[in-house]
Amino acid sequence: MKLYCLSGHPTLPCNVLKFKSTTIMLDCGLDVTSTLNFLPLPLVQSPRLSNLPGWSLKDGNAFLDKELKECSGHVFVDSVPEFCLPETELIDLSTVDVILISNYHCMMALPYITEHTGFTGTVYATEPTVQIGRLLMEELVNFIERVPKAQSASLWKNKGIQRLLPSPLKDAVGVSTWRGCYTMQEVNSALSKIQLVGYSQKIELFGAVQVTPLSSGYALGSSNWIIQSHYEKVSYVSGSSLLTTHPQPMDQASLKNSDVLILTGLTQIPTANPDGMVGEFCSNLALTVRNGGNVLVPCYPSGVIYDLLECLYQYIDSAGLSSVPFYFISPVANSSLEFSQIFAEWLCHNKQSKVYLPEPPFPHAELIQTNKLKHYPSIHGDFSNDFRQPCVVFTGHPSLRFGDVVHFMELWGKSSLNTVIFTEPDFSYLEALAPYQPLAMKCIYCPIDTRLNFIQVSKLLKEAQPLHVVCPEQYTQPPPTQSHRMDLMIDCQPPAMSYRRAEVLALPFKRRYEKIEIMPELADSLVPMEIKPGISLATVSAVLHTKDNKHVLQPPPRPAQPPGKKRKRVSEDIPDCKVLKPLLSGSIPVEQFVQTLEKDNCVPG
Amino acid sequence: MSSRVLSFSLRLAGTFAAQEDCFLYLQQGELLLGLFGEGGPQCWAAWSVPTVRSGWIQGLRSLAQHPCALHFLADSGAVDTIFSLQGDPSLFVASAASQLLVHTLALSMQAGATGCSGLWDGVWPACAQKIMGHLEESLQSTAAPQVTQALNVLTSTFGRCHSPWTETLWGQLCPLVARLLERTPIPAAHSLVDLLLSVARSPALSSSHGRLWEAVAQALRCLSPMQAGSLALGMLKLPHCPQALRVQAFGVLLQPLACVVKATAQAPGPPGCSMWPPGWLDGAEGSSLTVDTLLSSKSACVGILCQTLAQLEELQPLPQRPAPWPQEPLLGAAVTILRLCHGSATSSSSGGGRLCATLAGCVRVQRAALDFLGTLSQETRSQELEKEVFAVLSEYLGSPDSSPTVLKKAFQTTLRWLLSSPRTPGCPDLGPQPLLFLRELFPVLQKRLCSPSWEVRDSVLEFLTQLSRHWGGQADFRRALLASEVPTLTQQLLQDPESYVRASAVAAAGQLSSRGLQAAPDSPEHPQAQQGLLGELLCILSTDSEGFPRRAVVQVFTEWLRDGHADVARDTEWFIATVLQVVSQDLDWEVRVQGLELAQVFLVQRLGQPRCPYMVALPEAASATPIPEVLQSLCRLRLFDFAFRALLDCDRPVAQKACELLLFLKDKTAMCGGLQEAGDIPGSASGQVTLQRWRAGEQGQLPGDLQPEAMLALLRSTDLEGLQARLAQSSDHMEKSPQSLLQDMLATVGVLGENEADCY
Repeated sequence: MKLYCLSGHPTLPCNVLKFKSTTIMLDCGLDVTSTLNFLPLPLVQSPRLSNLPGWSLKDGNAFLDKELKECSGHVFVDSVPEFCLPETELIDLSTVDVILISNYHCMMALPYITEHTGFTGTVYATEPTVQIGRLLMEELVNFIERVPKAQSASLWKNKGIQRLLPSPLKDAVGVSTWRGCYTMQEVNSALSKIQLVGYSQKIELFGAVQVTPLSSGYALGSSNWIIQSHYEKVSYVSGSSLLTTHPQPMDQASLKNSDVLILTGLTQIPTANPDGMVGEFCSNLALTVRNGGNVLVPCYPSGVIYDLLECLYQYIDSAGLSSVPFYFISPVANSSLEFSQIFAEWLCHNKQSKVYLPEPPFPHAELIQTNKLKHYPSIHGDFSNDFRQPCVVFTGHPSLRFGDVVHFMELWGKSSLNTVIFTEPDFSYLEALAPYQPLAMKCIYCPIDTRLNFIQVSKLLKEAQPLHVVCPEQYTQPPPTQSHRMDLMIDCQPPAMSYRRAEVLALPFKRRYEKIEIMPELADSLVPMEIKPGISLATVSAVLHTKDNKHVLQPPPRPAQPPGKKRKRVSEDIPDCKVLKPLLSGSIPVEQFVQTLEKDNCVPG
Repeated sequence: MSSRVLSFSLRLAGTFAAQEDCFLYLQQGELLLGLFGEGGPQCWAAWSVPTVRSGWIQGLRSLAQHPCALHFLADSGAVDTIFSLQGDPSLFVASAASQLLVHTLALSMQAGATGCSGLWDGVWPACAQKIMGHLEESLQSTAAPQVTQALNVLTSTFGRCHSPWTETLWGQLCPLVARLLERTPIPAAHSLVDLLLSVARSPALSSSHGRLWEAVAQALRCLSPMQAGSLALGMLKLPHCPQALRVQAFGVLLQPLACVVKATAQAPGPPGCSMWPPGWLDGAEGSSLTVDTLLSSKSACVGILCQTLAQLEELQPLPQRPAPWPQEPLLGAAVTILRLCHGSATSSSSGGGRLCATLAGCVRVQRAALDFLGTLSQETRSQELEKEVFAVLSEYLGSPDSSPTVLKKAFQTTLRWLLSSPRTPGCPDLGPQPLLFLRELFPVLQKRLCSPSWEVRDSVLEFLTQLSRHWGGQADFRRALLASEVPTLTQQLLQDPESYVRASAVAAAGQLSSRGLQAAPDSPEHPQAQQGLLGELLCILSTDSEGFPRRAVVQVFTEWLRDGHADVARDTEWFIATVLQVVSQDLDWEVRVQGLELAQVFLVQRLGQPRCPYMVALPEAASATPIPEVLQSLCRLRLFDFAFRALLDCDRPVAQKACELLLFLKDKTAMCGGLQEAGDIPGSASGQVTLQRWRAGEQGQLPGDLQPEAMLALLRSTDLEGLQARLAQSSDHMEKSPQSLLQDMLATVGVLGENEADCY
């Protein structure tokens, strides 16, 4: 059993598991942090961004000044943003049989895999994962495509030149493999290869293994996967949550007794308790709005935003913010808000029961009805007519490199009355803000990451009792900024095996048994002999028939009839084979054996 | 016979037999032997009912009052039954059995005392011997429950009886107790600690202390840190504990904290570590407590830290606490623990890392450490450490992960540290350190005032009220406060959906306004802004659906009136009349009591302080306003109406307060006016009638144009003193009075009469 690790990002994993003659890709996350090296794509012409000085080498050589721009001491690539793809060279991706998707954040690299590697297999995912994943991809494509950029910088990627660049560009890994965004056509084609599955549904792969998605409690339709054969069980845990938020709770019981548990997608901010952060978010939001400032919340169009809107629904009246407009701006805002209300079966029990009343499961329906929350596809069009300040704007992309958020950063960045509140944990807020410096607006970092923290993991492992744990190397040591926090790492016995990008792990796990079926008529012919109490043995002579990874013992062909006139043709029906002799078993009666040999004159004088 | 009747009979027989003659009479008929003797109720089926066993013990307890009873107890075999009942499955029965043993032992020893000198002659009476034998046997038993029972009996005995014989008792049992300490594990450790403390506190043991101290020292060494802690604290509280033992006991208390400090120390022997006073930790050298045992389980670690912190907190203010008090290392330890809980302590050692992992986010330890830190504010400290304390408090106050309860404690501790912060001589202002801290704190308070958790908003407002009460007059504080949004946010919270928060906001806004720190920084002198708050508070008083904010409003108004707040001073009469009118309609009795308090403050301001009966009458400074005029104004303000109506209030505290107020008024107006009888004054008769009607529960108003004379007459003709005496008696008094019993009986008879049921 081998694990090929194609991504180094612990929360955006992409691994390939070779198990019992199947090749299974576990998630295909896209590392978007590479875009932080690029200049933002402004929706409206920004004189500030277009007038940034070009960057030149220390010796004054300015041959890169078209590609690289300098802003407040940082250097950015002035080009269409590019993404860091999973490794494509480590394993021939056309041999991948299936791809299992665990949540909509972990499928963003799917078009690159399914459309450009010769992949011919099937992708399995739950319905909400596919629908919301499509929204995320659609938004990404839309953000990039609606700001066409004439130039595509490539000179800086030259290895010799990259070495001369300042950090972090200098240290960026595998820049030559960075790719621009896919198209909507590729997205559609990739999504057409997905087969929908439901929680606990058992899917047979070539008869060799069975895969089952389990609720992981992190997002709508998010799942962990069990990959098992008759004698082996591998659990793949990715992006799970034990908190009571909107999705169905996590199914922990089914993870018990795994031989191998692959653990990815833990919280990225282990020191921040989501409850505290939500409180912090609300307090800062209220404080800003009361002072007449605007609040900008860079976010994804789905996920935590549902919970934030629910908190605000309860909070705004008590905080006297009922008259403040909330805007949600995304090309997929409408679909996201509506989708969330229709996936009732994937929601937590509380929300499910609302559907029977019938009431919308999420209170944002009421916010929309009462005009407190308004959503728009973009800042152009209706939004500009309705726009009132002070207000709260939820919009993407959380990297601050593309999407409507760029416009609001440019618009509000100059006033210290305004606040930008970062709630998505995927990007370092300091890096995200770098191209907007100097910035007068207040910045609050309230990362809300509901995924498992290390205390929860250690409880989970204690209960699930896996024989081996495999995880990204980041989880086996405390975070670099808090090296004293020994509690912020996975602590289990035996120690977890760690992996890093482009590594192949041979999992310490030998397959020892295989299940073989025995035909009834053959079973009838067995004569078991009790060799000691409770254990009986029988010799069996049979033909092992193997097809589609299923093994069956069939009765041996009957011995060929002695050639006779009437039965002449029989030998044509049954393959010609010799009469089977009974096999020896048990200890040899030595004396009798020697006597026989002597009788046959086989013993040398 | 039902078990309840049986139980009652046993108790009744015991009560009768408490008198010696009665006892003798009952014994003649062998009744007592039948009830309490060996062949008595134990053989009955009803004995299995706990009530019966309980009744049996209570009966015996009542009976055991005189020497005859003692003989009976010893001869009848009852004592053996009591022994067995010590292990009764019913806790009440078991406890009562133990208490009965204690009582019997004491009674028997008393009876054994010779003559009238009350001195004990050294021979144990039979009954006492039997009990002693049982105790000795139990102490040597291998069964822990039996040891516990014996220890509990002894603990109660030493706690209650301080006669000389207890010293002999201890001398006899001391070796057995010491032997318990040699066993592993030590049986009934909790009870053992209780016994040692009980013996140590007993004034009767003067000469046997040597052996006691030995036992205690041994116990401090052998017991687990958790159990040794309470023994150590008890020892340190004793005024006559020998120094060596004090050192050992204090070492036990300090040990867990020393462990934490040691585990988190960056390098061996940093200054913080060696600051423990020399000698204190030596005694604990041999103690089993190391970082490893501390960390053996999370619950054990949390338990011992919480206990130790609470014990040291209890010890700190006592005069007999150890000296020198290791203030600096204790402060350092408290700060380290708080940092560990917060995850901000840096430690490279593995023990420190594991401590961090165990304590991170532990609310219980956080609360205990914050309380302890607050206590330590009462001592002197170095600037350096003060800085550390304020830094860690800042962390807690600012952290989004602090739970509301922890945050509340953090605010309380902060306030204590600010209050005790050393001031520059000659300058009443805050020191530079606290001032810097406060400046950084206001943005945090601002944010916290917007918190979605109402507990947090509430704690901040309470903290703010205290802050401005203490430092509202100081220039630096005022500048820092007014530069923040805090006053505006406070005013906004008057509309908070949570009533507790509204109440705290009322108090805070009232306090800020008293200090001239109210919101509206654009035009602080603008009268409209002030009128605004008064109006808003009046609005809350008359419309708020919850009692807490309304009570807070009246309290603020009372304070304003007392302090001569500008708004109130502008037109005090209008203010009083308005408030009293609203308050008189209020359904919450506490609001009405507060309203009476407000009226009383007003009266004191107009009529002067109440006369102290023990004070030599000084030539009274004539009150600013002559009394007739004051009375006129009281009539105008309908204050009499309010007070008389409150006098008949169905809630006793309101009536009491009104009575007090009217008595004060009566006293002040004693020499005013003639000696006219009530009936002679126009209006007073109708006033009396109205009072009568009110008493009968009718509504109605006192005649509106009541003249001061009529009021005075009404005041004099009402028996306020009698009323006050009646009101002073608790409501229990009414229920227990024969009259109430009679009423109950009559009422029941009225209902059940036809059923011919005999209810009593």
